[in-house]
Amino acid sequence: MKKKQKNASKAWIRRDWDLYLMLILPMVYIIVFKYVPMYGVQIAFRDYNVFKGMSKSPFVGFKYFKQFFGSTELPKLVGNTLKISIYGLFAGMIFPIILALVLNYLGLLRYKKIVQTVTYAPYFISTTVMVSMILQFLAWDSGPVNQILQKLGSSQIDFLGDPKKFVHLYVWSGIWQYTGYNAIIYIATLSSVDPTYHEAAVVDGATKFWRIWHIDLPCIKSTIIILMIMSLGGTLSTGFEKIYLMQNNMNLRASEVIDTYVYKIGIASPIANYSYPTAIGLFQSLVGMFMIILANTFAKRIGEESLW
Amino acid sequence: MVRKNPNHIKSLGIDRFFDVLVYVLATVAFLIILLPLINVVVCSFSGGRAVQTGKVLLWPKDTTLDAYKMVFEYRDIWIGYRNTIYYTVVGTLLNIVFTTLMAYPLSRRQLRGRAFIMRILVFTMMFSGGLIPNYLLVKNLHLINTSWALWLPGLISVYNVIVMRTYFQTTIPDELLEAAQIDGCSNWAFLLRVVLPVSKAILAVMVLLYAVGHWNTYFNAMLYLSDKKKYPLQIFLRDILISTDIDMSSMTGSNVQEMLRRKEMQIIMKYALIVVSSVPILIAYPFVQKYLVKGVMIGSVKG
Repeated sequence: MKKKQKNASKAWIRRDWDLYLMLILPMVYIIVFKYVPMYGVQIAFRDYNVFKGMSKSPFVGFKYFKQFFGSTELPKLVGNTLKISIYGLFAGMIFPIILALVLNYLGLLRYKKIVQTVTYAPYFISTTVMVSMILQFLAWDSGPVNQILQKLGSSQIDFLGDPKKFVHLYVWSGIWQYTGYNAIIYIATLSSVDPTYHEAAVVDGATKFWRIWHIDLPCIKSTIIILMIMSLGGTLSTGFEKIYLMQNNMNLRASEVIDTYVYKIGIASPIANYSYPTAIGLFQSLVGMFMIILANTFAKRIGEESLW
Repeated sequence: MVRKNPNHIKSLGIDRFFDVLVYVLATVAFLIILLPLINVVVCSFSGGRAVQTGKVLLWPKDTTLDAYKMVFEYRDIWIGYRNTIYYTVVGTLLNIVFTTLMAYPLSRRQLRGRAFIMRILVFTMMFSGGLIPNYLLVKNLHLINTSWALWLPGLISVYNVIVMRTYFQTTIPDELLEAAQIDGCSNWAFLLRVVLPVSKAILAVMVLLYAVGHWNTYFNAMLYLSDKKKYPLQIFLRDILISTDIDMSSMTGSNVQEMLRRKEMQIIMKYALIVVSSVPILIAYPFVQKYLVKGVMIGSVKG
């Protein structure tokens, strides 16, 4: 009996040893580049000194977290971050769904294909080019937008220097760039809807609006919820690249977010203080994880699709 | 189950309205995306004065190739171009090798510890060390100012591993492997001779996603590279496109006319630069876009 078990346990190693061999390098990578930095977050609880190294730096407990929660920067940073990410989340959620529904009901297939191809092209534009396009289009003197406004008899608008406009610029340029790409997943789901539902509805004389509401939307509901849960994890992280490039001295009041602040005080600053930005980053990561778990639990509780 | 609609005539009217609405919305979306892109291309072929005064919208004025001549004479851009091609080609190759090596074993259902490894991977999607610990890691590994600093931090995207694993699971039946194993085929041989040849679609998607990432990012280069000769294109683009003044300092004599002319040239050069830097992606786009749809669809399958 025992021998048999031993043989069985050897059997799976003999059978799969080369699979484990394949996994070795990638797993080493994951541990070094994903888990070692997680271990490294302990410098958030220490007065990190580059020369002493991590484990010899004195332990200071929650000093840097207290500093962050007591800082005058906190309301501005968290406020800006939340405003940008939540506004972006909801506005960015609706348009791909609308575009997918519209494309789904376009009778002319060739036209559908052309529209689709063009709408997801901006996904491939790099952040630098995207921000440069925003700057050019909205430029005070030469930008086409201000030119058209002037022709319409309105006065020019200083889009990039006005902190109040920053969040709209950021979110709507993102919608311009990503709606087509984000619609792909809904288009795919919609095309897999069982056609007999629609046929039955047509026979019963249902309007197309009715079909959207009662057939199409329920079919993409679980996709919407899954995407929602995943993006809620990013409520405190807006990403760095685009916001950093769109910042200028005039809009900084509205455009400084946690991601850019951490970079500025941690890496771009001449006096390297690593502990404080690490603490802020850890706070951000924990809130993100908490949000995903919360959203997932909620989705489960109300009997919807969930991540796990 | 389905509610009867007693008024057919009325519903026909609503449906006609719906059809019109759908075409209107599709056309609006189409134009909103397309017109700015056309404007960029048109401006890059137009005269500086016309662009500067905002006279160019959808048709070139004072058509000229001056802007492109300036871009071609700008040495930094070609250094950046060469570096970016190098970073993208080697980086994508590494991404593909590592992603495949991780995705294939995880696609085999009989593999022991599979669920555990998946949990380790998925956790990294929810929690990360953050910017500073990652930066310190790269620094402590002495990768600063090397190409590895651009390749290693994003070597494996866990999301892509899951997509690829799901693809292998759904397209390659277990019986195929069993048959191959009876014939004495090892997992390595099976991966190379059977799995990869039938997985061209997913490989194309992965190449696309990783390559676009390498081509477009500037953040890692900004963090880790200090040697100008190693800068990728996006860093030079950032310096030229976003910063407001370029080589105004090198101007001799503060002639107002000359300054205005330079400003005009700068503007059209920016447009030309946008076009030039996007050319490789524009060329690849028609070939890869059908795979893009496929990739997103596979990704949507819950693994």
